[in-house]
Amino acid sequence: MKELSLNILDILENSVHAGATRIHLTLQEYLETKDFLGFRIEDNGIGMDQAMVDSLFDPFTTTSTTKTVGLGLPLLKQEAEMCHGGCELESQPGVGTKVSFWFQHTHIDRPPLGDIVSTVLMMYAIHSDIEFIFTHEVDNNSFEISTSELKEVFQDVPINNPKILQGLETFLLENKNQLYGGKHYG
Amino acid sequence: MAKINSLDELRKLRDQAKESMTARSGEAKVRIRASMGTVGIAGGAREVLKAIIDELEKRNFHEVEIIEGGSMGLDKEEPVIVVERDGFQTTYGKVQPEMARQIVAQHVINGQIISEWVIARNKQ
Repeated sequence: MKELSLNILDILENSVHAGATRIHLTLQEYLETKDFLGFRIEDNGIGMDQAMVDSLFDPFTTTSTTKTVGLGLPLLKQEAEMCHGGCELESQPGVGTKVSFWFQHTHIDRPPLGDIVSTVLMMYAIHSDIEFIFTHEVDNNSFEISTSELKEVFQDVPINNPKILQGLETFLLENKNQLYGGKHYG
Repeated sequence: MAKINSLDELRKLRDQAKESMTARSGEAKVRIRASMGTVGIAGGAREVLKAIIDELEKRNFHEVEIIEGGSMGLDKEEPVIVVERDGFQTTYGKVQPEMARQIVAQHVINGQIISEWVIARNKQ
Protein backbone atom coordinates (compact mmCIF):
# COMPACT_ATOMS: atom_id res chain seq x y z
CA MET A 1 0.00 0.00 0.00
CA LYS A 2 1.19 3.47 -0.87
CA GLU A 3 -0.06 5.14 2.27
CA LEU A 4 -1.14 4.20 5.80
CA SER A 5 -4.67 5.46 5.17
CA LEU A 6 -5.11 2.65 2.63
CA ASN A 7 -3.85 0.07 5.15
CA ILE A 8 -6.36 1.53 7.60
CA LEU A 9 -9.16 1.16 5.03
CA ASP A 10 -8.11 -2.44 4.42
CA ILE A 11 -8.24 -3.24 8.15
CA LEU A 12 -11.61 -1.45 8.49
CA GLU A 13 -12.91 -3.70 5.70
CA ASN A 14 -11.66 -6.72 7.68
CA SER A 15 -13.77 -5.53 10.61
CA VAL A 16 -16.79 -5.12 8.35
CA HIS A 17 -16.38 -8.65 7.02
CA ALA A 18 -16.04 -9.93 10.57
CA GLY A 19 -19.63 -8.74 11.02
CA ALA A 20 -18.87 -5.72 13.20
CA THR A 21 -21.75 -3.33 13.90
CA ARG A 22 -19.48 -0.90 15.73
CA ILE A 23 -15.94 0.09 14.71
CA HIS A 24 -13.76 2.66 16.43
CA LEU A 25 -10.74 4.11 14.63
CA THR A 26 -8.31 6.14 16.70
CA LEU A 27 -5.50 7.97 14.96
CA GLN A 28 -2.76 9.53 17.06
CA GLU A 29 -0.10 11.90 15.78
CA TYR A 30 2.37 13.30 18.27
CA LEU A 31 5.31 15.45 17.36
CA GLU A 32 5.53 17.91 20.24
CA THR A 33 5.15 15.63 23.24
CA LYS A 34 6.68 12.54 21.67
CA ASP A 35 7.73 11.23 18.27
CA PHE A 36 4.80 8.93 17.55
CA LEU A 37 2.25 8.09 14.87
CA GLY A 38 -0.17 5.28 15.59
CA PHE A 39 -3.63 3.99 14.87
CA ARG A 40 -5.97 1.57 16.59
CA ILE A 41 -9.05 -0.17 15.23
CA GLU A 42 -11.48 -1.78 17.66
CA ASP A 43 -14.49 -3.71 16.47
CA ASN A 44 -17.26 -5.87 17.89
CA GLY A 45 -17.05 -8.44 15.10
CA ILE A 46 -16.89 -12.22 15.47
CA GLY A 47 -13.30 -12.13 16.72
CA MET A 48 -10.63 -14.79 16.36
CA ASP A 49 -9.27 -17.52 18.59
CA GLN A 50 -5.65 -17.49 19.78
CA ALA A 51 -4.46 -19.92 17.09
CA MET A 52 -5.84 -17.64 14.38
CA VAL A 53 -4.33 -14.55 16.01
CA ASP A 54 -0.93 -16.27 16.30
CA SER A 55 -0.96 -17.27 12.67
CA LEU A 56 -2.09 -13.86 11.37
CA PHE A 57 1.36 -12.35 11.17
CA ASP A 58 3.03 -15.31 9.56
CA PRO A 59 2.68 -14.91 5.82
CA PHE A 60 3.90 -18.46 5.18
CA THR A 61 1.61 -20.57 7.32
CA THR A 62 -1.53 -18.59 6.70
CA THR A 63 -2.03 -18.81 2.98
CA SER A 64 -5.16 -20.91 3.26
CA THR A 65 -6.68 -19.69 6.50
CA THR A 66 -6.26 -15.98 6.02
CA LYS A 67 -7.90 -15.71 2.63
CA THR A 68 -10.09 -12.98 4.11
CA VAL A 69 -7.18 -11.21 5.76
CA GLY A 70 -4.48 -11.24 3.12
CA LEU A 71 -0.87 -10.19 3.33
CA GLY A 72 -1.67 -6.70 4.52
CA LEU A 73 -0.97 -7.25 8.20
CA PRO A 74 2.45 -9.01 8.04
CA LEU A 75 3.77 -6.42 5.61
CA LEU A 76 2.49 -3.52 7.68
CA LYS A 77 4.00 -5.05 10.83
CA GLN A 78 7.35 -5.26 9.09
CA GLU A 79 7.11 -1.61 8.06
CA ALA A 80 6.18 -0.56 11.61
CA GLU A 81 9.11 -2.45 13.13
CA MET A 82 11.47 -0.95 10.57
CA CYS A 83 10.33 2.47 11.84
CA HIS A 84 10.99 1.77 15.54
CA GLY A 85 7.31 1.00 16.02
CA GLY A 86 5.31 -2.17 16.37
CA CYS A 87 1.89 -3.68 16.44
CA GLU A 88 -0.50 -5.40 18.79
CA LEU A 89 -3.54 -7.51 18.12
CA GLU A 90 -6.03 -8.73 20.69
CA SER A 91 -9.07 -10.72 19.78
CA GLN A 92 -11.72 -12.76 21.49
CA PRO A 93 -14.23 -14.94 19.70
CA GLY A 94 -17.69 -13.43 20.06
CA VAL A 95 -16.37 -10.18 21.52
CA GLY A 96 -14.29 -8.48 18.84
CA THR A 97 -10.84 -7.51 17.74
CA LYS A 98 -8.49 -4.66 18.60
CA VAL A 99 -5.49 -4.03 16.40
CA SER A 100 -2.92 -1.25 16.69
CA PHE A 101 0.11 -0.19 14.72
CA TRP A 102 2.58 2.55 15.62
CA PHE A 103 5.64 4.18 14.10
CA GLN A 104 8.33 6.68 14.99
CA HIS A 105 6.69 9.73 13.42
CA THR A 106 9.89 11.25 12.02
CA HIS A 107 11.44 7.99 10.86
CA ILE A 108 12.74 8.40 7.31
CA ASP A 109 11.14 5.11 6.15
CA ARG A 110 7.69 5.71 7.64
CA PRO A 111 5.00 5.49 4.97
CA PRO A 112 2.99 8.70 4.63
CA LEU A 113 -0.33 8.82 6.44
CA GLY A 114 -1.96 9.88 3.19
CA ASP A 115 -5.61 10.72 2.69
CA ILE A 116 -7.31 9.75 5.95
CA VAL A 117 -10.37 11.84 5.08
CA SER A 118 -11.11 9.69 2.01
CA THR A 119 -10.71 6.54 4.07
CA VAL A 120 -13.23 7.78 6.65
CA LEU A 121 -15.55 8.87 3.84
CA MET A 122 -15.60 5.30 2.46
CA MET A 123 -17.14 4.11 5.71
CA TYR A 124 -20.00 6.59 5.28
CA ALA A 125 -20.34 5.82 1.57
CA ILE A 126 -20.59 2.03 1.66
CA HIS A 127 -21.03 1.10 5.34
CA SER A 128 -23.44 3.71 6.63
CA ASP A 129 -25.28 1.02 8.63
CA ILE A 130 -22.22 0.53 10.84
CA GLU A 131 -21.65 2.75 13.88
CA PHE A 132 -18.24 4.12 12.97
CA ILE A 133 -16.39 6.32 15.43
CA PHE A 134 -13.39 8.29 14.24
CA THR A 135 -11.07 9.87 16.78
CA HIS A 136 -8.11 11.90 15.58
CA GLU A 137 -5.59 13.20 18.11
CA VAL A 138 -2.85 15.60 17.11
CA ASP A 139 -0.62 16.54 20.05
CA ASN A 140 -2.92 18.41 22.44
CA ASN A 141 -5.99 18.57 20.22
CA SER A 142 -8.53 15.98 19.27
CA PHE A 143 -11.50 15.58 16.97
CA GLU A 144 -14.15 12.91 17.19
CA ILE A 145 -17.18 12.12 15.07
CA SER A 146 -19.52 9.15 15.03
CA THR A 147 -22.03 7.86 12.52
CA SER A 148 -24.83 8.21 15.07
CA GLU A 149 -24.01 11.90 15.61
CA LEU A 150 -24.16 12.44 11.86
CA LYS A 151 -27.42 10.54 11.52
CA GLU A 152 -28.90 12.75 14.23
CA VAL A 153 -27.97 15.83 12.19
CA PHE A 154 -29.11 14.47 8.82
CA GLN A 155 -32.23 12.71 10.09
CA ASP A 156 -34.19 11.38 7.08
CA VAL A 157 -31.45 12.29 4.58
CA PRO A 158 -29.16 9.26 4.18
CA ILE A 159 -25.50 9.97 4.94
CA ASN A 160 -24.44 8.12 1.78
CA ASN A 161 -26.30 10.65 -0.38
CA PRO A 162 -23.64 12.08 -2.80
CA LYS A 163 -24.34 15.69 -1.75
CA ILE A 164 -24.01 14.78 1.93
CA LEU A 165 -20.80 12.82 1.29
CA GLN A 166 -19.23 15.80 -0.44
CA GLY A 167 -20.23 18.06 2.42
CA LEU A 168 -18.81 15.56 4.90
CA GLU A 169 -15.53 15.55 3.03
CA THR A 170 -15.27 19.33 3.41
CA PHE A 171 -16.26 19.04 7.07
CA LEU A 172 -13.59 16.40 7.74
CA LEU A 173 -10.92 18.36 5.86
CA GLU A 174 -11.70 21.56 7.77
CA ASN A 175 -11.49 19.76 11.08
CA LYS A 176 -8.24 18.07 10.10
CA ASN A 177 -6.66 21.39 9.12
CA GLN A 178 -7.79 22.89 12.39
CA LEU A 179 -6.22 19.98 14.26
CA TYR A 180 -2.92 20.48 12.49
CA GLY A 181 -3.11 24.21 13.22
CA GLY A 182 -1.12 25.16 10.13
CA LYS A 183 1.71 22.80 11.00
CA HIS A 184 2.82 19.99 8.75
CA TYR A 185 2.28 16.49 10.08
CA GLY A 186 1.49 14.02 7.28
CA MET B 1 -7.28 18.18 25.42
CA ALA B 2 -9.18 20.72 23.32
CA LYS B 3 -11.98 19.17 21.37
CA ILE B 4 -12.99 20.51 17.98
CA ASN B 5 -16.34 19.60 16.53
CA SER B 6 -18.82 21.91 14.89
CA LEU B 7 -21.97 20.41 13.47
CA ASP B 8 -23.66 23.69 12.48
CA GLU B 9 -22.35 23.63 8.92
CA LEU B 10 -23.65 20.09 8.56
CA ARG B 11 -27.16 21.15 9.57
CA LYS B 12 -27.19 23.62 6.67
CA LEU B 13 -25.99 20.88 4.36
CA ARG B 14 -28.83 18.64 5.50
CA ASP B 15 -31.41 21.27 4.53
CA GLN B 16 -29.85 21.69 1.08
CA ALA B 17 -29.77 17.95 0.44
CA LYS B 18 -33.34 17.62 1.68
CA GLU B 19 -34.46 20.27 -0.79
CA SER B 20 -32.85 18.53 -3.76
CA MET B 21 -34.32 15.23 -2.57
CA THR B 22 -37.89 16.47 -2.48
CA ALA B 23 -37.46 17.70 -6.06
CA ARG B 24 -37.09 14.07 -7.07
CA SER B 25 -39.14 11.00 -6.50
CA GLY B 26 -39.04 7.27 -6.81
CA GLU B 27 -36.74 4.42 -5.89
CA ALA B 28 -33.10 4.02 -6.85
CA LYS B 29 -33.02 2.94 -10.50
CA VAL B 30 -29.39 2.00 -10.58
CA ARG B 31 -27.19 0.11 -8.19
CA ILE B 32 -23.39 0.35 -8.23
CA ARG B 33 -21.34 -2.35 -6.54
CA ALA B 34 -17.79 -1.34 -5.70
CA SER B 35 -15.34 -3.90 -4.45
CA MET B 36 -13.21 -2.81 -1.53
CA GLY B 37 -10.94 -5.81 -0.94
CA THR B 38 -7.19 -5.61 -0.33
CA VAL B 39 -6.27 -5.89 -4.01
CA GLY B 40 -8.90 -3.36 -5.05
CA ILE B 41 -7.80 -0.87 -2.38
CA ALA B 42 -4.14 -1.22 -3.40
CA GLY B 43 -5.22 -0.68 -7.01
CA GLY B 44 -7.11 2.55 -6.33
CA ALA B 45 -10.69 1.46 -5.49
CA ARG B 46 -11.04 4.30 -2.98
CA GLU B 47 -10.25 6.98 -5.57
CA VAL B 48 -12.57 5.27 -8.06
CA LEU B 49 -15.46 5.41 -5.61
CA LYS B 50 -14.70 9.03 -4.78
CA ALA B 51 -14.79 9.87 -8.50
CA ILE B 52 -18.17 8.11 -8.79
CA ILE B 53 -19.62 10.08 -5.87
CA ASP B 54 -18.23 13.34 -7.28
CA GLU B 55 -19.64 12.70 -10.75
CA LEU B 56 -23.07 11.73 -9.37
CA GLU B 57 -23.15 14.93 -7.36
CA LYS B 58 -21.95 17.11 -10.27
CA ARG B 59 -24.66 15.68 -12.50
CA ASN B 60 -27.19 15.87 -9.69
CA PHE B 61 -28.14 12.22 -10.21
CA HIS B 62 -29.16 10.64 -6.96
CA GLU B 63 -31.42 7.75 -7.94
CA VAL B 64 -28.57 5.38 -7.31
CA GLU B 65 -27.52 3.11 -4.54
CA ILE B 66 -23.84 2.39 -3.93
CA ILE B 67 -23.04 -0.78 -2.04
CA GLU B 68 -19.96 -2.77 -1.31
CA GLY B 69 -19.52 -5.72 -3.61
CA GLY B 70 -16.81 -7.48 -1.64
CA SER B 71 -14.00 -9.21 -3.44
CA MET B 72 -15.40 -10.82 -6.57
CA GLY B 73 -12.56 -13.26 -7.15
CA LEU B 74 -11.38 -11.07 -10.00
CA ASP B 75 -8.13 -9.93 -8.42
CA LYS B 76 -6.33 -9.30 -11.67
CA GLU B 77 -9.21 -7.10 -12.85
CA GLU B 78 -9.32 -4.93 -9.72
CA PRO B 79 -10.53 -2.27 -9.16
CA VAL B 80 -13.84 -3.73 -10.31
CA ILE B 81 -17.23 -2.02 -10.36
CA VAL B 82 -20.58 -3.54 -11.24
CA VAL B 83 -23.44 -1.47 -12.60
CA GLU B 84 -26.92 -2.94 -12.14
CA ARG B 85 -29.32 -1.26 -14.51
CA ASP B 86 -32.20 -2.25 -16.81
CA GLY B 87 -32.12 -5.85 -15.60
CA PHE B 88 -28.46 -6.41 -16.37
CA GLN B 89 -25.37 -6.68 -14.22
CA THR B 90 -22.43 -5.20 -16.06
CA THR B 91 -18.93 -5.66 -14.66
CA TYR B 92 -16.14 -3.24 -15.51
CA GLY B 93 -12.50 -4.15 -14.78
CA LYS B 94 -9.30 -2.22 -14.13
CA VAL B 95 -11.36 0.89 -13.50
CA GLN B 96 -9.52 4.14 -12.93
CA PRO B 97 -11.12 7.40 -11.68
CA GLU B 98 -11.49 8.98 -15.13
CA MET B 99 -13.09 5.79 -16.46
CA ALA B 100 -15.43 5.74 -13.48
CA ARG B 101 -16.59 9.26 -14.33
CA GLN B 102 -17.40 8.20 -17.89
CA ILE B 103 -19.19 5.08 -16.67
CA VAL B 104 -21.37 7.29 -14.46
CA ALA B 105 -22.10 9.77 -17.28
CA GLN B 106 -22.81 7.22 -20.01
CA HIS B 107 -23.98 4.03 -18.36
CA VAL B 108 -25.30 4.85 -14.89
CA ILE B 109 -27.20 7.95 -16.02
CA ASN B 110 -27.91 7.30 -19.71
CA GLY B 111 -27.91 3.53 -19.94
CA GLN B 112 -25.20 3.32 -22.60
CA ILE B 113 -22.75 0.56 -21.89
CA ILE B 114 -19.06 1.25 -22.56
CA SER B 115 -18.32 -2.12 -24.14
CA GLU B 116 -14.54 -1.89 -24.39
CA TRP B 117 -14.20 -1.83 -20.59
CA VAL B 118 -16.78 -4.53 -19.84
CA ILE B 119 -15.41 -7.84 -18.56
CA ALA B 120 -18.74 -9.57 -17.83
CA ARG B 121 -22.44 -9.04 -18.41
CA ASN B 122 -25.27 -11.08 -16.91
CA LYS B 123 -29.03 -10.90 -16.83
CA GLN B 124 -30.21 -10.16 -13.28
